[in-house]
Amino acid sequence: MSDNSSTVSTKSFYQQSTNKYSGILSWLLTVDHKRIGLMYLVTIGFFFLVGVTFGVLIRLELISPGPTLMDAQTYNSFFTLHGVIMIFLFIIPGLPAIFGNFFLPLQIGARDVAFPRLNLLSYYLYVTGAILALLAVLLPGGAIDTGWTFYIPYSVRSSTNISLPLLAAFVLGFSSILTGLNFITTVHRLRAPGMTFFKMPLFVWSTYATAWIQIIATPIVGITILLVIIERFFGVGIFDPALGGDPILFQHLFWIYSHPAVYIMILPAMGVVSEIIPTFARRTIFGYKAIAMSSLAIAFVGYLVWAHHMFTSGMSDEARWIFSLLTFLVALPSGVKIFNWIATMYKGSIDPKAPFLWVMNFIFLFSIGGLTGLVLGSLATDIHVHDTYFVVAHFHFVMFGGTGTIFFAALHYWFPKMFGRMYNAKLANVSIVFFFVGFMMLYFPKFIMGYMGMPRRYYDYLPQFEPLQQISTVGSWILASTILFIFSYLIYALFKGPKASSNPWGGVTLEWHISSPPTLENFHEIPTITHEPYDFSQLKEMQHDA
Amino acid sequence: MTHSENAVYHVHRDDVGAKMGMWLFLFTEVLLFGGMFLIYAVYRYQFPDQFRVAAMELNTGIGTLNTVILLTSSLTVALSIAAMQKKNKFLSILLLSITILFALMFMVNKYFEWSAKFSHGIYPGSEELLNRPDGQILFYGLYYVMTGLHGLHVIIGVIILIFMLVFIIRNKITFNNYVKLENSGLYWHLVDLIWIFLFPLFYLIQ
Ligand code: HEM
Repeated sequence: MSDNSSTVSTKSFYQQSTNKYSGILSWLLTVDHKRIGLMYLVTIGFFFLVGVTFGVLIRLELISPGPTLMDAQTYNSFFTLHGVIMIFLFIIPGLPAIFGNFFLPLQIGARDVAFPRLNLLSYYLYVTGAILALLAVLLPGGAIDTGWTFYIPYSVRSSTNISLPLLAAFVLGFSSILTGLNFITTVHRLRAPGMTFFKMPLFVWSTYATAWIQIIATPIVGITILLVIIERFFGVGIFDPALGGDPILFQHLFWIYSHPAVYIMILPAMGVVSEIIPTFARRTIFGYKAIAMSSLAIAFVGYLVWAHHMFTSGMSDEARWIFSLLTFLVALPSGVKIFNWIATMYKGSIDPKAPFLWVMNFIFLFSIGGLTGLVLGSLATDIHVHDTYFVVAHFHFVMFGGTGTIFFAALHYWFPKMFGRMYNAKLANVSIVFFFVGFMMLYFPKFIMGYMGMPRRYYDYLPQFEPLQQISTVGSWILASTILFIFSYLIYALFKGPKASSNPWGGVTLEWHISSPPTLENFHEIPTITHEPYDFSQLKEMQHDA
Repeated sequence: MTHSENAVYHVHRDDVGAKMGMWLFLFTEVLLFGGMFLIYAVYRYQFPDQFRVAAMELNTGIGTLNTVILLTSSLTVALSIAAMQKKNKFLSILLLSITILFALMFMVNKYFEWSAKFSHGIYPGSEELLNRPDGQILFYGLYYVMTGLHGLHVIIGVIILIFMLVFIIRNKITFNNYVKLENSGLYWHLVDLIWIFLFPLFYLIQ
């Protein structure tokens, strides 16, 4: 799969392994960050499809009022599993574990992450967690039905298999912590000579900020979850009000993690956007430092807003307006990013290829998600739409329309680098359109229904919601088929696609300086960095070299 | 340059990086226990009197003994590292073994302490406990969970230290490559440190 005419080893990392095995074992026991990244891609991609399947099934149930396909208990389990899978198995690990693993070392000019074996351990912890989460479906007692938030006291009382998914979340958290720890150390210790912090690509910056959140926030949810498990098994009194405990305390501890977790989801996505836009606008990024620092600012302010998930669970008014105010503050660094991206495109020579179009999709959908977030962040309106479909629509717009879209953008941007092949550009463009249409049909009606009072997590609904529910269900079919279609043409390209050059888009960050796919050691010689990260004057030199 | 099929991959050594990773990990451990200290603080604030009453029943003697044991073991592990730096392998092994011994003593004491409580019918979900006021149930809930989780860390620490012992004996840890031992020492200090906070919170504030 490799091209390149240089005299040193030209074998790609597919042909050379870090251990003495060949075949499947050379993958399963590898410590190469690129192979681990690809193993994550396959595993996470699989669970994403499982999650989509659950999503489509709950949508199908909602196509008409009353029982359609499953009973109410199954519905409860399905939306919970859908949420658990999407959150813990897809969106949190998605970008850092796949693309962070693969590209963070490449972008800072390193041969691997700081702790390659720990990296493999994280992967297996992820797999263990995933298996634990899904095992609960098969065991007697039935699958978890608490919703992905595991609120007390129902989660200590429900007779379904709750401990297993909880344990799964704990193990996955551990995996996430180890990945974060690994990335932070990598960034501090393994940057190529000359790569100062302010010469790092922005994807590295955002992954770095994410890694800090992973480390700081995850232990809290870890202990909280552990306490719920202990409470279930041994009847220890911690949160259960029957034993004097305080369920609101659980909610606080849960959201102290789970809100920063939404920044674990979105920051790497913003990093990818900051990579793609300069490459396709052929212009250096506008406000590099502002973007880098706003990542850290989001990571920091993101800690202080958790209680906006709890405006209606009984807090003092003072606490509520403070958290509401802080919530609005998050909009500032996010706004800084959006304006800088747009300023980057201004007067650029834009080349609207698929990754760029995905990013446009992102900016549009994420802005809707972000703006409706303001509706939820203000106390008065939140009381009205709390726990309705409005919330469901909001978080699908930010998570799926935001990070999920960028998952596809990153996949299309780095596909040639990862696999050395090119996909069909026309099919890619067409699927973006269908993705958008399906997405809007699926989720936009939910805003309206929520505003009209349709509560979330309901198995049944009043007849007046029927038309909108049906539009939404049809949207889910379009969206799910598009996703399958995307996976199919990418897999086809993997085997039959034309060979990709080492720099198909004209990017200038370090990964584009090396062959596609990279060699096992990434760089024959560790580069010395002299340029700014998005200095497109390098392109000429790079073409000379090739 | 010759390139055989598999031999290209060098694992590089970076002691500073390894220690940085360890510190970050310890940081997450502190946060893990921090979550519990937070819960403790909230409930103590809610039920100050009942916490005081419940705490009177704990055996301060055993608690103090365990504190002394654990603090001393922190010293011995630090000395073991120093011995290694001074190329005294034998002394290092000796001190590390003493550390492990101390850790086991700690666990034995803990065992006696817990079983005494159990025999008085004070354990999670017991009738005796459930008949008490809420604050006391919470106190004992936290007591068992926090000291239990700390005990688990002691056990993990012992396992790690035993591994280090084997590494030293097999010369995998030497005077010029002892970062593993240092990191295990750091972990052990953390276990000690957490106890230093648990001890007054449960045994002393009465
Ligand atoms: C084709 C794709 C998808 C479909 C059809 C879909 C559909 C749905 C529906 C209908 C609900 C609401 C259930 C209810 O409140 O009654 C829901 C909930 C949810 N979805 Fe999705 N979704 C999809 C993709 C995603 C993605 C990509 C994510 C995350 C990144 C996600 C995360 C969630 C979460 C966290 C919940 C809340 C679960 C709970 O209430 O505990 N979904 N989804």
